[in-house]
Order: sequence, then structure tokens, then C-alpha cells
Amino acid sequence: MTVTDAPKIVTSRLGYDDSHTLERYLATGGYEGLRKALSMTPEDVAKEVDAVSLLGRGGAGFPAGRKWSMLRKAPTSYLVVNGDESEPATFKDHLLIERDPHQLVEGVVIACYALQVTTAFIYIRGEFALGLERVTAAVNDAYGHGAIGRDIFGSGFSIDIVVHPGAGAYICGEETALLESLEGKRGFPRIKPPYFPAAIGLYGEPTVVNNVETLSNLPWVLSNGSAAFTALGEGRSTGTRLFALAGHVKNPGVYEVEMVKTTFRDLIYAPVLGGGIPGGRELKAFIPGGASAPWFGPDQVELPLGQDEVGAAGSMLGSGSVVVMDDSTCVVRAAWRITRFFWRESCGQCTPCREGSGWLEKILRRIEDGEGRESDLELLMDISDNLAPGVSWPPQQTTICVLGSSIPSSIASAIRMFRDEFLLHIKDGSCPQGPAPHG
Amino acid sequence: MADPVITSHHAIAPHTEEGATVEMTIDGRAVVAGAGEFLIAAAERAGVFIPRFCYHPRLRSVGMCRMCLVEVSGPRGATLQPACYVAVAEGMEVVTTSDKVKKAQDGVLEMLLVNHPLDCPVCDKGGECPLQDQVLAYGPGESRFLEEKRHWAKPTPISELVLLDRERCIQCGRCVRFANEVAGEAQIDFLGRGDMVEVNVFEGQAFSSYFSGNTVQICPVGALTASPYRFTARPWDLDQVESTCTLCAFGCRAAVQSSANRITRLLGMDSDPVNQSWLCDKGRFASEAVNAENRLTEPLIRRNDILEPASWGEALELVARRLGELRTAKGASAIAVMGGARLSNEDAYAWAKLAKAVIGTDSVDAQMGDGLPAEVVVALPRATIDEACKARCLVVLAGDLREELPVLFLRVRSAAVDDAVPVVELAPQSGSVTGFATASVAYGPGEAAELVRALATGGAVPATVEPAQWSAAAEALHRAGTDGEGIVVILGRPSVAEDGALVADAAAAMAAAWPAARFLLALRRGNVMGAIDMGLAPGLLPGRVSLDDGRSFFEEQWGSVPAGRGRDAAGILEGLADGTMAAVVMVGADPLSDFPDGTLAGDGIAGADFVVAVDGFLSRSAARADVVLPASIVYERSGTTTNIEGRVSRLSQKLVAPGQCWPDWMIASELAARLGGDLGVESMTEIWDEIEKVATSHTGITRAVLESLSARDGIIAPLAASPVTLSRRLSPEPFDPMATPGIESVEAQGAPPRSGGAEPTSGEGAGHTAVSGHGHQAPRPRSLRWPQPVAAPPLPAPDSYSVRLVSGRRLYDDGVLVGATDALAALVAPATVRAHPHDLEKLGVGAGDPVRVRSARGDIVLDAAIDESLPRGVASIDFNLSADGAVGAAALLIDSREAVVDVRLETP
Ligand SMILES: Cc1cc2nc3c(=O)[nH]c(=O)nc-3n(C[C@H](O)[C@H](O)[C@H](O)COP(=O)(O)O)c2cc1C
Ligand code: SF4
Ligand code: SF4
Ligand code: SF4
Ligand code: FES
Repeated sequence: MTVTDAPKIVTSRLGYDDSHTLERYLATGGYEGLRKALSMTPEDVAKEVDAVSLLGRGGAGFPAGRKWSMLRKAPTSYLVVNGDESEPATFKDHLLIERDPHQLVEGVVIACYALQVTTAFIYIRGEFALGLERVTAAVNDAYGHGAIGRDIFGSGFSIDIVVHPGAGAYICGEETALLESLEGKRGFPRIKPPYFPAAIGLYGEPTVVNNVETLSNLPWVLSNGSAAFTALGEGRSTGTRLFALAGHVKNPGVYEVEMVKTTFRDLIYAPVLGGGIPGGRELKAFIPGGASAPWFGPDQVELPLGQDEVGAAGSMLGSGSVVVMDDSTCVVRAAWRITRFFWRESCGQCTPCREGSGWLEKILRRIEDGEGRESDLELLMDISDNLAPGVSWPPQQTTICVLGSSIPSSIASAIRMFRDEFLLHIKDGSCPQGPAPHG
Repeated sequence: MADPVITSHHAIAPHTEEGATVEMTIDGRAVVAGAGEFLIAAAERAGVFIPRFCYHPRLRSVGMCRMCLVEVSGPRGATLQPACYVAVAEGMEVVTTSDKVKKAQDGVLEMLLVNHPLDCPVCDKGGECPLQDQVLAYGPGESRFLEEKRHWAKPTPISELVLLDRERCIQCGRCVRFANEVAGEAQIDFLGRGDMVEVNVFEGQAFSSYFSGNTVQICPVGALTASPYRFTARPWDLDQVESTCTLCAFGCRAAVQSSANRITRLLGMDSDPVNQSWLCDKGRFASEAVNAENRLTEPLIRRNDILEPASWGEALELVARRLGELRTAKGASAIAVMGGARLSNEDAYAWAKLAKAVIGTDSVDAQMGDGLPAEVVVALPRATIDEACKARCLVVLAGDLREELPVLFLRVRSAAVDDAVPVVELAPQSGSVTGFATASVAYGPGEAAELVRALATGGAVPATVEPAQWSAAAEALHRAGTDGEGIVVILGRPSVAEDGALVADAAAAMAAAWPAARFLLALRRGNVMGAIDMGLAPGLLPGRVSLDDGRSFFEEQWGSVPAGRGRDAAGILEGLADGTMAAVVMVGADPLSDFPDGTLAGDGIAGADFVVAVDGFLSRSAARADVVLPASIVYERSGTTTNIEGRVSRLSQKLVAPGQCWPDWMIASELAARLGGDLGVESMTEIWDEIEKVATSHTGITRAVLESLSARDGIIAPLAASPVTLSRRLSPEPFDPMATPGIESVEAQGAPPRSGGAEPTSGEGAGHTAVSGHGHQAPRPRSLRWPQPVAAPPLPAPDSYSVRLVSGRRLYDDGVLVGATDALAALVAPATVRAHPHDLEKLGVGAGDPVRVRSARGDIVLDAAIDESLPRGVASIDFNLSADGAVGAAALLIDSREAVVDVRLETP
């Protein structure tokens, strides 16, 4: 078990209590990346970002540089920052938003400069009250400091940044629902095509949507150069990544680790990271990339934290959330809790997602409550098949957005990995772990 | 001005290049489809019906219900794609019947039933329900759902007209899209998440749109039901005909459905050039009034000042005798016929012939003083509705379109909002068009012509007009072209408190400034256009011909015509009041309710020696008649009607009129006989043949033409220069039972396309026969052409103590039809007086306070309402609303002898 001594790219300031202030930010090299960027041509900045293979940290892992290059040329275009982070057990952007808002702001200005976009929106999950306060303060301070507004640092480049609170809907993290929400409409994901907001985005104009963590990497990349970044990680998965580690570990929390060079085992067991499973229990399963991701079992714990490596193994790093389940976990209950989340958060547009999620949830709950039937397993898989034909990875889609096709991930994983446990619930008429709390 | 409506980015309608095609396969068959077309439509035309719920060809595609998933080949192999959203492409391979598709269809339908209450036995939709039908055709045999369904309180009224059952809702969003995209009133929307998503109105707000009934029609389940129809019938017991709504002059095509000789329901039909499947709530629901208890069912004769039942023989005898006596005593010109807009073309022709050939009077007027001079109406160069909606610049000088011609409003709104047609509104007060107009230019009452002249000649900005609006208007007009080619003017009566001749003068100014401009006449009442075409106007004969131009031809055809031009409605009422005229026959006319000057209308009817009313209801005017003759109305008659663009479309009889009601033409024919004349026609069809023969504007519009499939949307009179070809449509329009649900859809689910009228099989009209005129002895007279003289009265100087009155109309009015429809009657608002806050503050009056409004004619106390959009020095009172028991508040104040009406606002 090794933990590389890779530099902290996005969490370097977290040791300071006042990491969110402009003073601390400036005292720790803040806005140097921006100054560097402004001394380059926008094209060169974009090239630099393209060169580092900065994979999107919001879930889909699309390379930022490529996304930027797709931005349709138009008189008006926008950058939108996705800070809606609402997936269960995903809390890494939360940290960046609250603890290093200037880093985000600097990243936004660099991106805007590279894209030659003059208006950016930072959309932040409504429940992040402190985060909203701090990002707003950072934006205001950055205006005062000359890092936003007219003629940034005398470069002639100007932008405005608007901070916008969400209203408590997970689906507004899906980028097209986010754009609808930002426009003041109901957060319904947009149907594709158009496939990319880069062609038709906010108010119908070309728009780049990037995740908070993705953009927070930019100041470091500009200050330290692309070579320093690509020296970390391997293959397409360069640099570091934040992981929100939760569940049955001694030290739950957010960890920034080098990609690929670190494995799930390192993350879960290294004393400086997760510290292992408490109470001497065994690992039963873990979710490698948020509620949408298929589960892994102990066999896959040696997998490196790399996008393609995890993809090839049938799951994803997704939202950067790793949930550890020890052998005391009821997998029926776990699958039910995740399904319940999707049921409650489905936007309700698509029949399979709206109705299927609720139906799945009710069946799982019934099994957990000891009222299951053997035929329920087949039914669960068949309903899942209507949400994601074939129930394979990556999922096929019958719905407008991928929330629908993500619902089967946990259900199919739980049934495939722990069929006997389901059957035990059905046979005994109760959950081996005792009744689940209602609500 | 920015459009206040938020349009969805969800679907970009496919871009269809005219004529371009692509080749593709559907289920292995080669299919040629229009480039850019939605797959679902292309498949349908190729005979492959793909099940659907959320798709509606007149709404944006959203791909929400996922019912239409089919396998489409692509770079990553065949994937399930929503056919309602995917555009066809060259080489596309589509499979609609594979196991994968079948699985998806089963899945969606089973899931739709998961939370569906399945209360079909008590659901209005049962029997014509796309959910039932598609579950039967495409769904799994049984449900595996064992859990508890979600529950909602049901039904909840969301307006007087519409009830919502959220348990039945399948979240297809058709209602939401209709309200937002088509009506422009986002009053119904989605709330909540997951399977607790519901459609609903916003808290404390009603679904007050004039178009709410359309959502009931397009809701694919029984989630939205209409209070008038609810529980009145099972769809399979309904019987239907295709007909035309005549509640206003727009001419929406509708399926009229009845059960046991009662109208149960109207469904809008998709007539592309006219209503494009929509109806307004008045047309849809006030049609019920035919069923009303208070219909006239027998002739009435006034005896000892009481109207008492009489036989037809007695009543007709009395009318003929009195009219004969008065004609002998005072001359034919002392007899007047008012009305005609309620009639079919055939009825109107019969009455015109009775009046002008048999009685010998030209004092005949289908308009009630709230329209435009008849010569102007027939002579102005015309535009169709489609042409107006494609204008390079659309000028609106008319009453509020949403209030007067509701579905025209929908068409104009769509032109402006969806197709970016610039709209320049000239109006004395803001209204429904203002929100999306490119420019909205306010004019002072009576000053439209002056304003038009200034606008056309690049004159100075009038003091009353906002400079920004002025320059926007000038620019939009300028861009349309200097000679006016591409300019279409929607011309009506913005206010009945200014003389119609002043509006005609403005039209003349426009026609002079933009010689190539064309006009769409926004006259609102029923078949007013047809009545004028048939000669129910002073100085006109059938065929848009002047009395003088048509004299020799009609003397030959009819025997005689009046010697000179008669009086219009105002002239008739004045003549009756001052004794120069003696008798009036009101054929579906109610001057006491409709003539702008209520005092004059009252004096006229009181002053007449003899008053006859031919009507379906005992209207306010009919109640004052000496003889009342009961007539069949709306869907009790057949024949034809003519809309604002001159489109002649067919009326179909659905009901047998109650009691002893007669068709109007028959009443005319009987009266003619008793007056010693003979109309020479025995049936509606004979009348049409005669109209085609004598009316220049209707030449060539034979019955064969009218009844052909090609004329399903009606035929514009006069026929276009090129001959009409009577071919059956090469491939019939695909019939989409989900777009126009109703009993027809049940019949047509999987069945061949609906059949239209009889197609002529031989002789004239068959195949591609050109329809030409008939051989006549005397040449047909020419229809009137522009220019026509317009005599605009001079405007009096305003006095500083007065404000000028503006009076428009509301859709839900005090009329008998709305009054006889319970659900609509509840929606009629009381009259108020609206004014700029400045004018009210001067009086120390706030919103809701009583104000006395006084004119030279009379005075009335009304509640004040603040309207910042009104210019100072103007007060607005809606014409056809009442307050405090005083019917027609504005009619008490208006003096039709004055060019404009000045009133004083006082504290009571
Ligand atoms: C249901 C759903 C929820 C999502 N929530 C988030 C979120 O909270 N934050 C986020 O950055 N991306 C979220 N995404 C991914 C975004 O759609 C989008 O891919 C991302 O913001 C792009 O940024 P990136 O390329 O920088 O990763 C979500 C996607 C889906 C389908
Ligand atoms: S898949 Fe679910 S969340 Fe996504 S658009 Fe459809 S209903 Fe909404
Ligand atoms: S009420 Fe009817 S039209 Fe509206 S969303 Fe529900 S099912 Fe569709
Ligand atoms: S717009 Fe006119 S014609 Fe159409 S439904 Fe309404 S009243 Fe009838
Ligand atoms: S998704 Fe195509 S009809 Fe609903």
C-alpha cells in the first residue's frame, strides 16, 4: 500500500482556517495562474488545457480541452459552472466551494479567457448556504481585486460572473437541466440532440458547462505548466482527483490522490486515507463512483483509480464518491436506499424513469420488509431492462437523460452479487439485519 | 417589444426543406420521406402507425412519454430512439416491430398503468381513450404491479370549465405545451418530482385562458375533463358531423357531437388554413346554448302587450298583412330588415331577396353599427388568414383579437412568436397583441387615419405616441417595402365609441399609402361576411355588387330591385325613432344589446309601428317585438357560412330544432309568398345553385366544388384566377387519432383515413375538370373594387373637462349564447371604467371606487380600474358588459351621431 507524494493540486490551502479569504489566497500564489494565462494568447491557454487531458470531474469524465474546442463560435457564449453536487455521498465540490472559492473563481476566469467568453454563471446547490456565501464573497472580492470585471489586471479582457443558487433538485446537476433551471424554468433535462450545450446551451447560445473541481485545477495547471500536471497519473487519467470516501471506513472524508497510481485499496485502507474498515469487519462491496455506478466487490479492490481502468471493469469513477460497505450491510436495504433517492429525484419527464423508479423502490422495500416473492428478482431485472436495455455497462438508454438508465446500476449489482441475500429475505420473511427504519 | 412568453428549448422543430426528400427503410420497406421530417410522421404516411402519447403535430416534440421508441440504426448499432423526436435521414433503417421495440412498448404501457387509477367506467375518456386503446394494441396482457398506487384528491376544478384528475394524468405535457406555446398563457404546468409529478395550476390561480378547452381535447386520458361535458355521454353513444363554428366570424372547423338530439361536445378539427385544430372556449362550450331551456319554440304574437303563443299561419299572416299595409301607407323604404350575421349564406340570400326584390327596401343591414361600411368591406383588396400570418409586416387595427376572434389571435400570435412576423399594432388601448407586437402605437379615439397618414409619410411623432414605438413601427413598415407589397392589415373596429367611418378612413389612408397592401377584415359576428356577400347591406346586391352596378342584371334575375340606396343600422334606428320609417324585421338581430348607441336603439324600437323578431332566443330586442318567429340556430341548420377571409365552408345539421323552429330561409320564403312574391327556391341546395348563378363573387363555387374533398377546408370566394382542380388528395393526410382524439379517432384507429364529402364522379367536377362560369344572358355585374368613397365625420375638438371614451368587446359577454351556457355565464366580468391613474387621481379616486361617467346621452356609476397602459384623457369601458343591473354600460353613454364620445368622470 503506497500513497504517492503527489502535490496537492486543488486542496493545497485547506490547512489554513482562512483558506477562503482573498488575503490567504494571494499569500499562497493566488491569481498567479490567471496572470500567466493573460500573458498568453487565449488559444495557447486552451492548448495548454487540452494538452493536460483534464478529464471532467463532474461525472462523465469528458476531457475539458475537447469540450472547449467544441464551443460553437458565436457573438454570445457562456461558461456555466456546475456546483450542484447533490448525489448521495458525493461531497468533494462542497469542500472546494466552501474552502477555496477563489481557486474556483480563478479557474473560471482562466477558462473564460481561453474560451473568450465574457459571462460566467456559477450554479451552486441551494443547500450549500455557507458555500454560496463564500463564493459570493470571493466573487465580490475578486471584482475589487481586479480579477473579474472590466479590464482584468490591465489585460483588456473583461468578464462578469453571476452566482446562482439552485433550489434543491438533484436533477439540476445534469447539465441541461441546470441550464433550464438557470433560465428560470423547471429543471427538466433537455432532450438530445442537440447533444452538447457547446452548440446550443444557455438561452440557446453556445455554452461550456464544467464541474467545480475541473475548473479548480486550472490555476495550478497554468502556474505549474502542463508537464507538471501530466507527470501525475497515467494514460488519459492525469493529475490528481478528489474522492469523497464514505461508508464503513475509519476516516471518511475527501482525499486528493494521484490518479491511477492510487488504487481503491490504497484509498480505503491507507492509514493516511480511509484507514480501513472499523471493527475488524470485512469489505463486502463498494460503490466506486457515486450512486449511479455499478458496485464492485473485494475482488476489484486492487483496481487503480483511473477512468479507463474502472470503465473497463464495468463501472465508473463518476462523481468521485466511494462508498464502502462492510459485511454487516444489508444489500437489499442499500439498493433500496439508492433507488429511493432516484425515485424521489427523477424529474418525472420520462415514463420509464418516473414510474419505473417508484415501482423498483416499492418492490425493494417490500423485499426488505419480508414481503418479497421469488419472482420479484426477475421483475426487478425486467423493469431495470426497460430503463437500460440489456442492463449492461455502459448502459443503453430509453430515457432523456442518464439518470433513468443509472437507476438499475445498484439493483443489478446487488442482485448479481448477492442473490442469496435477496432470497434469504424472501424465504425468512424478514431482513437478517433487522427491520429497516421507515422514512 | 419582447415576447413575455418563455418558449422551450426542448425541441427544435425539424427543419424541412421544401421538396427535399430522403430515402430510408421502415421495417424493411423502402420509404421516401420529406427531409427533416419527424420519423413518426414519415412512418405514418408510409402506413406505419407508431404509438405515442406526448407527440402532437401542432406542438413541439419533447420526447417525454417514450411510447414511440423504435429501433434506429446508427453508428453504434440499432438503438431505441423516440420516433417523435428523431428526424429522418438518408439511409436510415428503422424497425418498429422488433422484440426490443415490443419490450419497450410493453414496458412503457405497463409503467403508465402503475399509478393509473383505471377508473375507466366513470371516466369521460373511456371508449375513446388512447391509453386504453394503445394498451390494448401494444401493451402487455397483464400488469405485474402489486404495490399501492399513488393517490391524489380528485377531481379538482382548475377553472369553471376544466376539472383535473391528477391520478389519471400520464404527464405527457400536451396541456402544458398547449398553454405555453399556443395560447401563450403558461397557466398549467408541472409541479413536483418523481412519480409525484403533477400538472396543475399555480396556487390561487385559475386556468382562466379562453382556450382551456383545447387541453381537454388533446389530453390523451381523462385527466382534464370539461365541466359541461363531464358525465353527459359515453363516446360510443355520440353521433357527429363536421361543421363550422359560427360564434364568431373566424370559421373554425369542428366536429359537432350529439346524443339524443342534444349537443354534447365540440371538437376542433385540424383545418390547416383556419383553426389548425384549436377552438376557443366560447365556440366550444357556448354551442351548448342550443340545448337551453329558454329557446323559442313557437311563434309569439303580442296581444294586450303580452307575447302569446300563436300558430305559424297566424303569425306569418299577421306579419305579411302589417308589412303590406305599412308598405302601402309609407312606401317600401319605410320597412327595414336588420341582421343576418346569425344566418347561413343561403338564409341570408333568401332574406336579401325577400327584402330587396319582394318587399322592395334597401334599408337592410347585417351589421349592428359596430362594423365597417359595407362597400369598404367588399371592396378592399383581401388577404387570407395564411397570407396575414406570412406577411412581411402585419398591421393590426382592430378590436382586441383574443376577445373578438380568438383563434385568429392564436394564428397571429404564432406568426409573431414562432415565425417572427413583425406585428405593428395601432390601437386606442393595449390588448392581447401588445405583448408580442414589434411596435404598439397608441392613437387617440378617432385619430387612427391621421396617425396612419403621418406614419406612412414619415411625419412627426404625434404627442400621444411613444417615440420608440413610432420608429419601430415605421421601420417594420419600411422594411416590408414601399408600395406595401407584403403588408397585410387586419382591419376591424378597435372601439365602438368611435365612428366606423373613421376606421374606414384609416384603411383608405393605408390603401393609398401602400397600394399593394391587402386586408383581412376582422368583423366578428358569425356569418357577417357571408350576409354582406349575399346583399344584406344597404347599397349592395349579392356577389359584392353595388345596387347600381347590379341593377339590370338583378332586375332580370329577381324581377325588381330597390330604387335607391337604403339606410344602414344607424339610419334605420334613426328613421324608426323619428317616424320616417315604420317597421323593422330583426333577423337574428338584437340592436338593444349590440348597437353601440343604446339610447338610439331603444328609441328606434319604441318608435317603430311594427317590430318582428326572427330568433332562437327571446333576446332583449325580441322581447319588445310585436311578432316573434322561432328560428333554428347553429347546429340545427345546414348550408354554408363565410369567414373573415371570404372562405365558404359547410355547415352540417346535427340537431332537429326544438318545437316549431323553422330555418330562416323558409320563413323568408313563406313571407314572400304571403306578400305576393316568390323567392323561387324550395331548398337550401336550390338556393346555393342560385347563389352560384347570380353572385359574381361566388361564380364557379358549385355544390360539386363545395362538397368535394378538396374543399374540406372551405373555398375562398371569389375563386382564384386559376381553375379549381377537383382531384382527390393524392395521398390522404395521415390521420392521427392522437392529434384529434374523439370518436373519430376510435373509428380511425388502425382504420383507413376518414372519408370526406362525396366526390363528384362524373361530369363537372370529376377528375381535374376546370370549373368555369355558366352561360348567362346579361353579363354578370362586376364586384366592387377599391377605392370606394369614405365619408369620415370631422372630429370635435376635445374639451379639457372631458375624457374620450374607448369601448372594446369582451369574449364572454352579456349575449344570449353565453348567458345560456352556465359554465361560461359564471365567467362574465362586470363592467368597470378604466383610466390612467393620473385621470383618476385628479378625482381622488382609487381602484375599485365608484365613478360616475356622464355623456350627453346618459350617465352610469361604475367601479374604477387603473390602467397605466391607457393614454391620459381616455376612459375605457368594455362595450358588452353590465354593471349593477344596467345592461350594456357603455351603450348608455355612446351617441352614434357623434364621431367620438366624450364623457366626464365625476365622483358620484
Ligand atoms: C443526474 C445527473 C446529475 C449530475 N449532477 C452533477 C453535479 O451535481 N455536478 C456536476 O458537476 N456534474 C453533474 N452531472 C454531470 C453533468 O451533466 C456534466 O456532465 C458535468 O457538469 C460536466 O462538467 P465536467 O465536464 O467538468 O465534468 C450530473 C449528471 C447527471 C446525469
Ligand atoms: S431519465 Fe428521469 S431524470 Fe432524466 S429526464 Fe427522464 S425522467 Fe427526468
Ligand atoms: S393532464 Fe392530460 S394533457 Fe396534461 S399532462 Fe396530464 S395527461 Fe397530458
Ligand atoms: S374562434 Fe370563433 S369560430 Fe373559432 S371556436 Fe371561437 S367563436 Fe368559434
Ligand atoms: S416520446 Fe414520442 S410520443 Fe412521447
